[in-house]
Amino acid sequence: MTSFVKPKIRRTNEPLNELGLARADYEGSMSTLCAGCGHDSVTAAIVRAFYELSIPPHRALKISGIGCSSKTTSYFMNDSHGANTVHGRMPSFATGALSANNDLATIGISGDGDSLSIGLGQMAHAMRRNVNMLYMLENNGVYGLTKGQFSASADLGSLPKKGDPNEFSPIDPVAFALSVGATFVARSFSGDRKQLVSLIKAGLKHKGFAMIDVISPCVSFNDHKGSTKSYAHTYEFYSKAVHADYIAPSQEIVAAYDEGEVMPVELHDGGYIQLRKIDADYDPTDRGAAFSRVMASDSANEILTGLLYIDESQPDLHETQNMEALPLNEIPYAELNPGAEALSALQAEFR
Amino acid sequence: MSGPGLNDFVIKIGTVNGTGSASANGLLMKSIFRMGVPVVGKNVFPSNIQGLPTWYEIRVSGDGHAGRSGEVHMMVAMNQATYDQDLAELSTGGVLVYDSTWPRPQLESRPDVTVIGVPLMQMCNEVVKAARSRILMKNMAYVGAVAALVDIDLGVIRSLIEETFAAKAKLIDSNMQAVKLGYDYIKEHYETPLRFRVSALDKTKGKVMIDGNTAASLGCVYAGATFGAWYPITPSTSLMDGFFKYCKKLRVNKENGKNKYCIIQAEDELAAAGLIIGAAWNGARAFTPTSGPGISLMAEWIGFAYYTEIPVVFFDIQRTGPSTGMPTRTQQCDIQTTAYASHGDTKHIVLYPSDPNECFHFAAKSFDLAERFQTPVFFLSDIDLGMNDWMVDELTWDDSYIPDRGKVLSEDDLSKMESFSRYLDVDGDHIPYRTLPGTDPKGAYFLRGSGHNAHARYTELGHEYQEVVDRLLAKWESAKSAVPAPIVQKAASQTRYGMIAIGTSDAAATEARTRLEADGMPVDYMRVRAFPFTDEVEAFMADHDEVFIIEQNRDAQLLNMLLTETNVPREKLIPILHYSGEPLNYRFVCDALEKRIKLRKIA
Repeated sequence: MTSFVKPKIRRTNEPLNELGLARADYEGSMSTLCAGCGHDSVTAAIVRAFYELSIPPHRALKISGIGCSSKTTSYFMNDSHGANTVHGRMPSFATGALSANNDLATIGISGDGDSLSIGLGQMAHAMRRNVNMLYMLENNGVYGLTKGQFSASADLGSLPKKGDPNEFSPIDPVAFALSVGATFVARSFSGDRKQLVSLIKAGLKHKGFAMIDVISPCVSFNDHKGSTKSYAHTYEFYSKAVHADYIAPSQEIVAAYDEGEVMPVELHDGGYIQLRKIDADYDPTDRGAAFSRVMASDSANEILTGLLYIDESQPDLHETQNMEALPLNEIPYAELNPGAEALSALQAEFR
Repeated sequence: MSGPGLNDFVIKIGTVNGTGSASANGLLMKSIFRMGVPVVGKNVFPSNIQGLPTWYEIRVSGDGHAGRSGEVHMMVAMNQATYDQDLAELSTGGVLVYDSTWPRPQLESRPDVTVIGVPLMQMCNEVVKAARSRILMKNMAYVGAVAALVDIDLGVIRSLIEETFAAKAKLIDSNMQAVKLGYDYIKEHYETPLRFRVSALDKTKGKVMIDGNTAASLGCVYAGATFGAWYPITPSTSLMDGFFKYCKKLRVNKENGKNKYCIIQAEDELAAAGLIIGAAWNGARAFTPTSGPGISLMAEWIGFAYYTEIPVVFFDIQRTGPSTGMPTRTQQCDIQTTAYASHGDTKHIVLYPSDPNECFHFAAKSFDLAERFQTPVFFLSDIDLGMNDWMVDELTWDDSYIPDRGKVLSEDDLSKMESFSRYLDVDGDHIPYRTLPGTDPKGAYFLRGSGHNAHARYTELGHEYQEVVDRLLAKWESAKSAVPAPIVQKAASQTRYGMIAIGTSDAAATEARTRLEADGMPVDYMRVRAFPFTDEVEAFMADHDEVFIIEQNRDAQLLNMLLTETNVPREKLIPILHYSGEPLNYRFVCDALEKRIKLRKIA
């Protein structure tokens, strides 16, 4: 089977963004995932977020590993360079690509198998380095392409379609991210388009590593009774803690909530992420508090969502590396060549 | 066959690692070099921080031979744990120098060698107070003793010490004092100099003593590499150390203090490979230094870069395998691994440098080849080349060099095109055009390690898949015209014998060829410098009845590749294999070839 190139058909009077692009200009090839797959909803949210942020598609990078979720990089933004890399190794490729040019809006797409088993190490180190990217972890608790094995995010006791319940403790990507130093940690659900779009926009605008753990049910292998990653289960135990809106530099912050419930976080581009706390006691800028709240939710089988932690003050990798603003891939050779004379001089110690 | 004699002998020093002997040994070698006499230095050290045996071998070779001789004429036995072994290794007629502070009755077991005792520790204890300093000064004292025995100029030693401790003047006198302790003791108690000694020449002008890893790191800097990632592994680490050092010195914007490079210490070799492949995809010249175990881990990524056509450079500084092997000992054991790294049908461009000067130029060349052919390039070195100091011509750079960035489309190029297909052979040279992210929407394409067609679209159609992989093979074969050609040393007379070697087998092979010819056994020698093998390689084998393939591994990896990649008949090729972990020496090669050639004559 070859891939489908979706024809671009413009509707009349289609709304356009600041760049004069329609939402369709942010679409990709036709999805080959199963009908009803949560990942397709996530793709749609990504399309909307990039469209609404007016990011030129060719100034974006979309990078993934291997798996159902990783296939989705070709289902949005045909005008972006995309890379479907090696299983569990998207973070290193993305880090390298961003090191060569930090000016590109970078989205990494991964799944729970790609991130939490084979790729756990690479994900952790991308977080440690605070690589300036948005990392979407499309989490369905199961390996789809190999037909239904449990992944490391499957909850204790969760039932497979056939066979015995899961007996191993799950890795919660949110708790993990908080513990290794991620500077933007969020959770959402493929069924909540509104929250997801807001979080993707905020994550793209965050300077540093942003992770969104998206519960994205697998309709073929993990949407049955007894599964804790099904649509039904997620709707039942879904809980919102902090809503996040990206406010562009040109927009004004409108405080529509009571004092103490709204918290603006200033971004490097002059814009803001406006946090609206549904749970008034929650402080998403306190890593320790966020961690204990997430752990408490996990024990209570509650699926805590929203922007659960943000720290905008940390340097990203580009800054830590003290790199020039001009991307490495644009520095002319004349500036990279120290010259024949310098070579002769530096060999004094070898004579 | 050679030595000992004037400017022709080998000193081997046995010490304990972590005692500071490396700088003393370096001082000895550098002093001889400064006297204008060519030297070869080989460090044989353990995979350990402190306390295990280590040796340093200095070959003084007025004739300028670059490899080991296989003999030891003076053994400086400073490690009691290896006395017996060190004594046994000494050639007949040799000299053993030991610390006579403690009696060593076993030293009398070799009546065919001269034993010279110097009470090094005792003398140092009388003069130096601090315990750690005593150990360091004992090293300098044996430098003095050896200098007196083989006539090394004390003034040269002094000026080297002055350069080393330019910032700590106090240490100059204390070090010189220790040198004098050993020197004076010998002068007082023995007739000097020995029959074999150093006599100043003028043969090191325009030369430098440099290791291959440092030279290769400079090659990366001069090639304009901006991105390096690595996971620390012996013996490749010093390559990244060098890159870091020279970038700090030469690649920082003086006005704002910002770096024009990025170096990332990866969490493992898998990440190192991913990092450089990502950076290279986005247009940075990127590389990673590693060793065999790292190549094994990177294998999946290597196939990805090959199939998706990303220009990236892997430096493999080989060490003995398999598995952890002997991490500080040398071998040429990744010849096949690098040539065909990764699963599926994969073939790579591999360069085989043989000395640090070539390391410098081949490192730079690797990036040009990678970008020209849009494929991973392997630079195959080893611990002998990478970590030992070799005497080579001073490195020079041609400032008119323009990097070959290969076929990359600019925004302007794209604007003139109707459409862009990443893997389409537009020019009929098997090399497609590539675009960098961020250039223009028209240049966008989807990179995937899964089946893809000429338009970079996913495919499971056999003919579309084959079109791409067939082009990859043709592209690889076309690299034959661009890789460094082999170098042939022809015997003065017609001969039925040929010899082929790569990399660090060259020094021993070259010397063996010269000596065999002098002994009436002419052999033609070809040094292969790259894979794919150029047509000359096959022609050379066709031109000879028997071809000795000299390499440093057990399984005759190079020989087997020659069989696979050319039409040479198996019976023509004779493996000469050295894989003890010590650098190859010419005697080994001479003995093996002589035996074979003489056998034939008898038959």
